[in-house]
Amino acid sequence: MSEIIVQLKGVSKYYDDTPALTDVDLYIRKNEFVTLLGPSGCGKTTMLRLIGGFEKPDSGTITFKGEDISNVPSHKRRVNTVFQRYALFSHLNVFENIAFGLRIKKMKEPVIQEKVAHMLKLVNLEGYEKRDVNSLSGGQQQRVAIARALVNEPEVLLLDEPLAALDLKLRKEMQHELKNMQRQLGITFLYVTHDQEEALSMSDTVVVMKEGEIQQIGTPEKIYNEPINAFVADFIGESNIVDGIMRQDYLVEFAGNTFDCADAGFDQDEPVDVVIRPEDLTLMPPDRAKIRGQVRSVNFLGVHWEMIVDGSDGTSWLVHSTLMEPVGTTIGLGLEPMDIHIMKKVRA
Amino acid sequence: MVRHLKRSYIYLIFAFLYMPIAVLMVYSFNDARSRGMWGGFTLRWYVELFQDRTIMHSLYATLIIGASSAVLATIIGTMAAIGIHNSKGPAKKVIMNVTYLPVLNPEIVTAISLMLLFVFTRVRFGYLTLLLSHISFNVPYVILSVLPKLRQLNKHLYEAALDLGCTPLQALWKVIIPEIMPGIVTGLLLAFTLSIDDFVISFFTTGSGVSTLSITVYSMARRGINPKINALSTIMFTFVLALLIVVNVRQAREERKERNGKRAPKKDSPYDPKFGSA
Amino acid sequence: MRRFTLTPYLVWMVLFTVVPMLLVLYYAFSVPTAGGTTWSLENFSRFFEPIYLRVFLRSLSLAVISTAICLLLGYPAAMIMAGSAFKRKNVVMLLFVVPMWMNFLLRTYAWLTILERSGFINSVLAFLNLPRLNILYTDKAVILGMVYNFLPFMVLPIYSVLSKIDKGVVEAAGDLGANPLQVFIKVILPLSMPGVVSGITMVFMPAMTTFVISRLLGGGQFTLIGNLIEQQFLVVGDWGFGSAISVVMIVVILLSMAVMSFFEGPERDVALW
Repeated sequence: MSEIIVQLKGVSKYYDDTPALTDVDLYIRKNEFVTLLGPSGCGKTTMLRLIGGFEKPDSGTITFKGEDISNVPSHKRRVNTVFQRYALFSHLNVFENIAFGLRIKKMKEPVIQEKVAHMLKLVNLEGYEKRDVNSLSGGQQQRVAIARALVNEPEVLLLDEPLAALDLKLRKEMQHELKNMQRQLGITFLYVTHDQEEALSMSDTVVVMKEGEIQQIGTPEKIYNEPINAFVADFIGESNIVDGIMRQDYLVEFAGNTFDCADAGFDQDEPVDVVIRPEDLTLMPPDRAKIRGQVRSVNFLGVHWEMIVDGSDGTSWLVHSTLMEPVGTTIGLGLEPMDIHIMKKVRA
Repeated sequence: MVRHLKRSYIYLIFAFLYMPIAVLMVYSFNDARSRGMWGGFTLRWYVELFQDRTIMHSLYATLIIGASSAVLATIIGTMAAIGIHNSKGPAKKVIMNVTYLPVLNPEIVTAISLMLLFVFTRVRFGYLTLLLSHISFNVPYVILSVLPKLRQLNKHLYEAALDLGCTPLQALWKVIIPEIMPGIVTGLLLAFTLSIDDFVISFFTTGSGVSTLSITVYSMARRGINPKINALSTIMFTFVLALLIVVNVRQAREERKERNGKRAPKKDSPYDPKFGSA
Repeated sequence: MRRFTLTPYLVWMVLFTVVPMLLVLYYAFSVPTAGGTTWSLENFSRFFEPIYLRVFLRSLSLAVISTAICLLLGYPAAMIMAGSAFKRKNVVMLLFVVPMWMNFLLRTYAWLTILERSGFINSVLAFLNLPRLNILYTDKAVILGMVYNFLPFMVLPIYSVLSKIDKGVVEAAGDLGANPLQVFIKVILPLSMPGVVSGITMVFMPAMTTFVISRLLGGGQFTLIGNLIEQQFLVVGDWGFGSAISVVMIVVILLSMAVMSFFEGPERDVALW
């Protein structure tokens, strides 16, 4: 494992008494692609701004390569930021936007020329030097913003929802490009998004946040397959979350029936959240199934069908399947023990 | 038919608005003693105008006061607008309301209040009082021209400058000021024009023989008609027309640029009747 | 950074806006005595003497009449210019504002040349063998001067509101069965109210307080409230009374703005702009 480059210890931040971050601990390793993921207002942007130096923590410390930078102003930190909606300087052309940081550092003109040219090549904007930034498309403006940050050779690049303003197709392309750039340059990326798909496809590590607290830190696979609680499960992909009771180790009761499961270590009869991914529910004849219900709606989503099934006990189930049953049919739903995720109740 | 009627109405209004100016301009070349008559073309009034020391002195005073008050008001107003933009809450509201006060107050009230201030502080009436008064009624207009530009800015622009290594002062100077430059220039031109146009406030706050063009015209006009004023009007109208064309071409270019950039449409731009055409 | 940019202005604002206004209030509410000054409402009670009340009512009626004329002339003009009668709207609007850029005094002075006994109008009338028109130095001349100077203040706000009205709204009204008159009364007029309100305020206020137009076109003996204030400060030297009249003016204008904003509804956030 490579060295830790940025570390937050017990960091809290309040805006007029409302907590934006409460007692957060996080470390980021060199060359890692870390994504902060969560709904709006979860504190992910605040965390980025603390690391960028635009805000100061109310308590806790932020260290950069072991050195406390909590009170170092933004312009003295070795990190750079790609802002939401780019924040390009519209009074400067493409070249001067990218050269801005180098000029502030009073670099020699030939060096500036060379570095900017290199960046333009990296972001595929050769020949755009003299263009007015306002005349560029969203995607091109995005590339300028990235180049403007990267040309300063930051040790960590902070990206605040950089692709949010782009359309779907362009967003997918830019995701690939960003990931490639990160691999090529070997720079640490700290990426903020509310788009779980984006987070899963790009990151080495995903940090799921909610209401100013970190919920789970892990690889995309781990976060998806083993969500730590119902919030994470629900936020990462669609899920069925139903109330259950843990009867004993490896045996859970929900939807009016008991099921074998893979979890243990709960109190006897402890109320739990049972999380089941819609693609893990399989269609089967009703007489052989533990869960029975009537198909309420059917939607074709391209690769699979999405069905909502009203269970006989009143629970409704979201089912993804390559098979389809028409509305009104009574069907059964099957489940493997491995696909039943048991979670502690977050709140009673 | 209806369209013709509509157009004719507007042409009538235009005739009403332009007739006095046109009459003045024509009379400024009229050699006749009786002003009702056309006595042939002459440039006599222009020659006399430029030989009139009172008028020339007041022209000089008007330009000096206009230029210096516009520049100083632009500096104070731009800084103020940046400060106001960055403040929040009740303090901001109070500052904005007090800023609007000179704009909303009748001119004569602003004029006498400033006069009382100078009497009270025993400042000698003259160039200094005139300059201070002009700056103070110009500052709000500069603020109102600059604030909308600040609101249009991407709120992360200042942070982006810091992020790229600027100190706060550098960020202001190298990024914020250039970005809001169109608003600053508009404010400067507006301040200059308002200062040249002003009569009421100058009338109450001048002294020791210092007289602006407006004041000179007022005292001459009270004594009746003077063909030199016609000549002066013609020159000023031509000058103002030229200035106006410059401003409008600039604004049109600016707007085209913004449209091309697909930026958000102008919001909250201060409504000023003189710039209403853009 | 906020301290650095805002502080100079705050000092300026207090010195040149707040303190002067407080001085006006101070002079208005005090009278000189042997030893100095004392608080008093005497200046205000003088204002209610018949001669001054008459001046006030005269100013008020002239201001109301000019405002009404401006509205009657200006609304159709604004509507036509905002509509499709002209292809190049910007040019028309520019032509409309150009005269305003001429010095206010010169514009008023121009009417002297036109209205005087041997002036432009009378020359034309004489040429046509028509009787002379002698309105200079009367109420009519003053009203004419006010309308001429302030008409754009009425047209511009109405124009800017009208030109922002979504064409779809008008078409929708037609589609729903309204005839053109109904469309105007039920849709366009209500939507343009904010412009009408700021137009009225922007004409009424300067019309109420001008002293230049009345002095030049109304002649020396013609007195409006603005002239009264001017006299107190520059001729009589009674600053207390002059300040008191100014305070009354401010109150009248604030009241009219309050009444106006009541009509216009809660949509706009800033008083005049």
